[in-house]
Amino acid sequence: MKRAFPILAVLTALLLAYAFYEAMWVAPMERTMGEVQRIFYYHVPSAWTAFLLFSVNLVASVVYLVRRSAKADALALVSAEVGVVFCTVVLVTGPIWARPVWGIWWTWDIRLTTTLVLWLIYVSYLVLRKFSDSSQTPKLAAVLAIFGALDVPLVYFSIWFFRTQHPQPVIGGGGSIDPRMLHVLLINWLAFSCFAFLLCWARYGLESLRREVEEAESRESLRGVSQ
Amino acid sequence: MSSLRSITLATLTKDIRLEWRSRDAINSMLFFSLLVVVIFSFSFDPNAEESREIAGGLIWVAFLFAAVVALNQTWARELRNQVLDAYRVSPAPANALFIAKALGNFLLVSLLEGVMAPLFMIFYNLRALGPAWELIPVAILGTWALVVNGTFFAAMSLRTRSREIMLPLLLFPISIPAVQSMVEATRIILSGDGSARFWIVLLLTYDVVFTTACLGLFGTILQAE
Repeated sequence: MKRAFPILAVLTALLLAYAFYEAMWVAPMERTMGEVQRIFYYHVPSAWTAFLLFSVNLVASVVYLVRRSAKADALALVSAEVGVVFCTVVLVTGPIWARPVWGIWWTWDIRLTTTLVLWLIYVSYLVLRKFSDSSQTPKLAAVLAIFGALDVPLVYFSIWFFRTQHPQPVIGGGGSIDPRMLHVLLINWLAFSCFAFLLCWARYGLESLRREVEEAESRESLRGVSQ
Repeated sequence: MSSLRSITLATLTKDIRLEWRSRDAINSMLFFSLLVVVIFSFSFDPNAEESREIAGGLIWVAFLFAAVVALNQTWARELRNQVLDAYRVSPAPANALFIAKALGNFLLVSLLEGVMAPLFMIFYNLRALGPAWELIPVAILGTWALVVNGTFFAAMSLRTRSREIMLPLLLFPISIPAVQSMVEATRIILSGDGSARFWIVLLLTYDVVFTTACLGLFGTILQAE
């Protein structure tokens, strides 16, 4: 497993470089939006990756509450952290694109608002993990993750009542997309998923090490007390 | 079932009696929301038409902040003399404690709203153009939405450092759809354009979903130490 990490890292770097080349030079220019449309190849894959990671977090949280496995908790922590990073990329690239195309930085549209609230919930999740230093942190965090997951559909419906401005989803929605653009988008998504997986892997290793050190330290101090 | 009801009632009457004798929470909440009302009316000074549009937002933001003051004190009382630890080892159902605390907070915040809402009407010269009686279900459902999650997250933040600040950080993101529904429903009723039914149903859904979640998970939170 240890040896697989550098191999995957090199492959991911190559894939990201290739995806960048495809997005910048190969993908056809969008007729009305121009060059700024190319941010789409970063915005959409980041969004998919973030939502995937938040789903992983929810599943890991439920598994933790049922089985009380420390591994599930570490996975929940890691996926939430990396998910927040990708969600931040989505929230930053969106307005950069929206300003020239819509003429406004931000609007209270259904997808924008849901993503923002999801981001807020997961930031509060990370704050909770940071601020509670008892051994019960995993339990509290898992409960909060479930509350967050219950909240998201309600946010969605509350905004659904307003008019929506965001472009329709390009896959499984009403929108249409040039097949060459779709090809570039999927390559970028693959590259981003690999990158996210790599980050999660590195962070997971770090987290396991941190826990081992903590355990060793508490064992050491116990030994000091008994002598 | 009867033990659930009797323990809930006993805890609730104990809390009400304590609050009645000290009046700590209600006094600080009342004064706090009065300050918010006065500061808001300085800052905006709207005409009648504008105030119908913004009053819903102002009222509920003021109540949300005031509710946090009360919610933070919910469990502080039980930490003194290790009452919560005693509760944890007793065979009493955990949910009885939760329901009693949530109902206590609900009464407290409703009392606050009963006093402050007329004051708001006076300061902003409000008169509802829509069906005014619909404000009552909005107020009841909205208050319960804030209080049920607030009581739960207050119990959760007991285990954290600087817990007074932790509660709003946990409560506000989850409460966004509830706050939006309350504000929109109030705005629609005050300005009389359209029907607030969608928002009332959404609030009801929010209440049902989160009351169920709180009752299902409170035992886990209470036993966490």
